[in-house]
Amino acid sequence: MGRLKLFLPLIVLLILLPLFYVGLRLDPSAMPSALIGNPLPGFSLSTVESEEVVGPEAVTGEVTLLNVWATWCFACKAEHPYLNKLAGEGIRIIGVNYKDERTAAQEWLRDLHNPYEFSLYDNEGRLGLELGVTGAPETYLLDRDGIIHYRHIGVVNDKVWNEVLGPKYRELQGE
Amino acid sequence: MIPELGHFALILSLALSAALFVVPLWGAYRLSQPLMLAGRSLAAGQLLMVTVAFVILGWAFLHDDFSVSYVANHSNSLMPVYYKLSAIWGGHEGSLLLWILMLSGWTFAIAIFSRSLPLDMQARVLAVMGFVATGFLMFILFTSNPFDRILPLSPQEGADLNPLLQDPGLIFHPPLLYMGYVGFSSVFAFAIAALLTGKLDTAWARWSRPWATVAWAFLTLGLALGSWWAYYELGWGGWWFWDPVENAAFMPWLVGTALIHSLAVTEKRGLFKSWTILLAIFAFSLSLLGTFLVRSGVLTSVHAFANDPDRGLFILVFLAVVVGASLLLFALRAPVIKNAPSFNLLSRETLLLANNILLMIAMITVLFGTLFPLVADALKLGKYSVGAPYFNLTFIPFMTIICLLMGIAPESRWKRTNGSPLAKVVSGPAVLSLALGIAVPILLGDFAFSMVLAVFIGSWVGLTTLWDLWRKSQNSQGRWVGLRKLSLSYWGMIIAHCGIAVSVLGVCLNSHYADMDKVRMDVGQPVTVAGYQFTLEKLEQVRGPNYMADQAVVVMSKDDRVLRVLKPQKRRYFASGQIMTEVALDPGFTRDVYVAMGDKINAQSWAMRIHYMRFVRWIWLGALMMALGGMFAVIDKRYRKRKSAASPTPQEA
Repeated sequence: MGRLKLFLPLIVLLILLPLFYVGLRLDPSAMPSALIGNPLPGFSLSTVESEEVVGPEAVTGEVTLLNVWATWCFACKAEHPYLNKLAGEGIRIIGVNYKDERTAAQEWLRDLHNPYEFSLYDNEGRLGLELGVTGAPETYLLDRDGIIHYRHIGVVNDKVWNEVLGPKYRELQGE
Repeated sequence: MIPELGHFALILSLALSAALFVVPLWGAYRLSQPLMLAGRSLAAGQLLMVTVAFVILGWAFLHDDFSVSYVANHSNSLMPVYYKLSAIWGGHEGSLLLWILMLSGWTFAIAIFSRSLPLDMQARVLAVMGFVATGFLMFILFTSNPFDRILPLSPQEGADLNPLLQDPGLIFHPPLLYMGYVGFSSVFAFAIAALLTGKLDTAWARWSRPWATVAWAFLTLGLALGSWWAYYELGWGGWWFWDPVENAAFMPWLVGTALIHSLAVTEKRGLFKSWTILLAIFAFSLSLLGTFLVRSGVLTSVHAFANDPDRGLFILVFLAVVVGASLLLFALRAPVIKNAPSFNLLSRETLLLANNILLMIAMITVLFGTLFPLVADALKLGKYSVGAPYFNLTFIPFMTIICLLMGIAPESRWKRTNGSPLAKVVSGPAVLSLALGIAVPILLGDFAFSMVLAVFIGSWVGLTTLWDLWRKSQNSQGRWVGLRKLSLSYWGMIIAHCGIAVSVLGVCLNSHYADMDKVRMDVGQPVTVAGYQFTLEKLEQVRGPNYMADQAVVVMSKDDRVLRVLKPQKRRYFASGQIMTEVALDPGFTRDVYVAMGDKINAQSWAMRIHYMRFVRWIWLGALMMALGGMFAVIDKRYRKRKSAASPTPQEA
């Protein structure tokens, strides 16, 4: 019995290892959103480009990627070229400029190319709060009626697009 | 060409470390002296080759060789030289190389400083170290080569080191932390070698003790520096976030703390042998687990390492092999206790065992909180995030009990302690601590029962420790002679335990009495926070080597006396365009005041945050004292004896 007890740590390890292995395949940043299946929350915000105030109706009408970004966000910078590429392929992207400064945001778009049809200027983070944004960048997939279908936390890159976002996007477009 | 030499040096190191694993082990099996001795030369060769690789990577940074992908991603020609050098460990690949460099350094140190060991034992220890190095060198060569090139289209300019990392704290934080992590690998190697030979006498505990203590002291410093860096660089006014990466470093520290105490019992009394071995395996396993969690991307964390599932898989396999094999070896070879323990319920052994069990429970609660999101996700129970409330709720009660026991442990005796004299001895400090516990919150102007308890606990640890020092330094030839007669390791214990007291007081008082105000500051208009006046003198633009900054000049005064001119900045780094807040601090023994710039309101005014952080320095002062105490224990002369004493004379633990 004494000897058997000594196997206990090994057994605990053997239980943990498969869990770690499964964990490796999972994406901790693929967060379900409470808003999935619901329409985009209401807002009236100016855009980064102009003082003119717009509401949710400016977003609806087409299948859209709603991308939360900010100039203070390092990962957004890494993501930006990929968004440019997607925009170049004709995918409609609308930005949510999150807790940022307008001048810095305008400079960023001028320097790095602007993939967004427009960017909502959410400098108080009010829209971000309603969406449940945990950090930038985040990307929401909306259908033509502005219903949220998917939420991705973190950078959108080739892998994310080809494996997850792209298929869902095409599915919504096909409807 | 030169980076390829670095790559080649790494390949040679892999060959040498593989030889270091095989040759001395074979020699120990065949009892061949030349093969066993070869371990020392191989350890030296491995250190040399890894150093060459490390120096070459440094050379690439200094010469802005942006054809090397790692350099291009973590440096920029405008960066000051010292940040170019610290950028060597500013990313995954380079920090892994630093880790390997330290591992090779520790291996070499064992080869040099443990010649008093029986040769077969030393050969086995070095072989285990060689095995660990082989794993890490394969990891770096196959998944994370820092010498990979971007050819032929090399960038003209580097992407810059993350501005958060362009800070003096980061120059020293990873090296200290890795010294600790890697240090536990040497204790692990001693434990495995002891299991292999079956010679689990008190001698191996004696050999391992100084190595364990050094590793623990470095880990303490590394954690403290990391927390200090988070405090002033992240500018949130926090100093510990229970982030998975912080937990990954904290768990080996908890086990390491248990280990250095358990080693004392094993060395002095020959007890808890299996337990000590298990702790040695755990301390290193948790270091590996931390590496896995941090670098595989299985958990989300504020520490941004480039995450990659392939790397995660490699570490997971390595973890499974190392930890699985050592736990199997442990299960097969560890001694099973047959006779009843030869100590009473109230004895130093019991108290140290309680310390061990409580530290392990604390570690398991942290481990559970850290892994729960991962496990829940893997079992499809849903997405969870475990935050500070869980950790505070589960961690604090165990720490409270540990601190209470800490007060009586130094007074207790081996084998058995008489209860009533012990109670008499500690009654003085107990009453005084209670008085302080009531007085301090009243003096600080905000009475709360949680703070009475906190101050009581902190004072109790400190006062009982000092009281013990006072009693043990009694000497017929006077106090001074008495103090000088105490062993260095006893001094080490006193300093480290006082350090705990200081840290506990700092953590608790800061958590309750810290204050923060968000204010609008206009040029020339004073604002008052926590009894200090802050006047925004002017706003200016400053240019740094690789950034432009808005700088506010804030004069801090009290009762019309100017205390300090604070210059917080909002920096914008050229290469990344990233905005960084640099806080300005007025440090003090009982309080820090710090000012951070928020958002610009107009040309003449900014929103700012002013933090009034009471006793925050005590947190790190205590950690420094703990590390210093560890160093005192290590330089105690009994470890410098060049003989392998099997039965040490009983003295202070």
